[in-house]
Amino acid sequence: MLNGFVLILNFYLSFSILIFTFSIIHKKMLNPQTIKQDFPIFTHQKELVYLDSAATALKPQTVIDAEKKYLEQYSSNVGRGLYPLAETATEKFEAVREKIARFIGAADTQEIIFTSGTTASINLAAGLLAESVHPADNIVVTEMEHHSNYLPWKELAKKCGASFHVIPITGEGAIDIATLKNSIDERTKIAAFSAVSNVLGTINPVEKFVAAIKGINPQTLVLVDAAQAAPHMRIDVSLWRADFVAFSGHKMFGPTGVGVLYGKAALLETFPPIVFGGGMVFDACAEDTRYREIPYRFEAGTPNIGGVIALGAALDYIENIGFTNIRAYETALTAYAQKRLQETFDDAIRIIGPKDTKDRGGIIAFSLKNIHPHDIAQLLGEQNICVRAGEHCAAPLHRRFGLSATTRLSLSIYNSEEDIEKLITALKEIQKIFSVA
Amino acid sequence: MSLYQNLILDHYRNPRNHGVLKKATHHGEADNPICGDTLQMDIIVKNDIIEDVKFSGSGCAISQASASLFTEAVKKKSIRKALVLEPKDVLTLLGITLSPNRLKCGLLSLETLHLTLNQELGIKNQDNKP
Repeated sequence: MLNGFVLILNFYLSFSILIFTFSIIHKKMLNPQTIKQDFPIFTHQKELVYLDSAATALKPQTVIDAEKKYLEQYSSNVGRGLYPLAETATEKFEAVREKIARFIGAADTQEIIFTSGTTASINLAAGLLAESVHPADNIVVTEMEHHSNYLPWKELAKKCGASFHVIPITGEGAIDIATLKNSIDERTKIAAFSAVSNVLGTINPVEKFVAAIKGINPQTLVLVDAAQAAPHMRIDVSLWRADFVAFSGHKMFGPTGVGVLYGKAALLETFPPIVFGGGMVFDACAEDTRYREIPYRFEAGTPNIGGVIALGAALDYIENIGFTNIRAYETALTAYAQKRLQETFDDAIRIIGPKDTKDRGGIIAFSLKNIHPHDIAQLLGEQNICVRAGEHCAAPLHRRFGLSATTRLSLSIYNSEEDIEKLITALKEIQKIFSVA
Repeated sequence: MSLYQNLILDHYRNPRNHGVLKKATHHGEADNPICGDTLQMDIIVKNDIIEDVKFSGSGCAISQASASLFTEAVKKKSIRKALVLEPKDVLTLLGITLSPNRLKCGLLSLETLHLTLNQELGIKNQDNKP
């Protein structure tokens, strides 16, 4: 009897260990083939090699279903209606705001403003700050910024008569902290930089940078463009301590037309609204207009309700896989791609950005000797291999490296070593096509 | 069908009329900043005829092959005949259809020619920026 019990216990224990081990292995080894099954585009586009996730990520079925469900089953406006449909929509919409707050470590849901994307988020922040910038002030950005985190600040500086300073980057495409510190002074009103470069892939130490900036001038307001970080690594605004953080939904498996501007509540409280209309006002009588509380006073008009709800599904999708797994998988794949490209094309290829994969996200921009990036991208496109060619909305960065354009591949969890091999085979063929006989 | 047909690759690898004309009567240049394509054109005009034309610059195969084919087509033509050429004529020369994203590459040579010769006709140069 006792023997039998021990036997069962033993069996039970080994079985548990087996399951436990399996789950660890399973968690560690993210399988792109399994992941691919979550993305219906791969059943519609059989031979698709999608290497352009930095432009926009593909959408998993759960995200598509979430938006479809809203449109089909409880389509209604948020915030106003008192009927069940509108209440459901409002509930689900606001639940995503909470989810995002948790997702990025925000202290309060009030700190999450929905926008149409990173560009709109940064422009909103620039608009909110317009009254605070004066002629003797300066605004600081870096040379690696996407135009979205460059032009709004350049224009704001121009409008306010303030000076605009661009922090140069190193030859490896990094920001030297001493150079950063030297760029900040007592008149620096705003400092804006990206968490991950959309061309170089450089991962900036955000926490360290914010601390360095605030260490020199605690009054400097810092905005972090997290568009290329949000899909790939954990954002923690409580650690970053930036005043604003901007990112897009569509790069993190969500739909286009949804983004977030995070702002510290105490700071947001100080700004009046800059876009006016419905949903942001308590009382609009002639003499006395009472605007709503944050974040609603910054969200005039009907938001992209279905998009926000679907973004919630995208966050669930990411959480389910986990950033540890995502980052580990993407780092390994990026290292593989770097190595394979370098060894195959040797002197003919120039990869810009950090050499060490731990310092970069899954973005690799390169130039191939004597072949224009547009020709490369077009010929790859003819084989359904999707990459980007051009300056990737980062003209100052390309000028820095003396390049008019580059070809960029950007990776996500649905990519595999097989995709890299297909890319390399195609690139070799392209080299042959353009080789002068 | 691939954009990179033999004709285009041939003109890209061995461009005709590539270089500069020291005695050019007309010079013009245009660029396509989004792609980073640049094109310079030197022309010798005599009695309203394009006696000689050469181009230089850098860019994708489509823009450079188009410049080669296009300069061949306008050489020895009267200015007026050259200037009535339209985008569709250039595409006919190239023998391909271009997506909206690549159209600018293929038509850069036409644009450069217009910028170079419009002054001849007393037409004010138009801004070549898109």
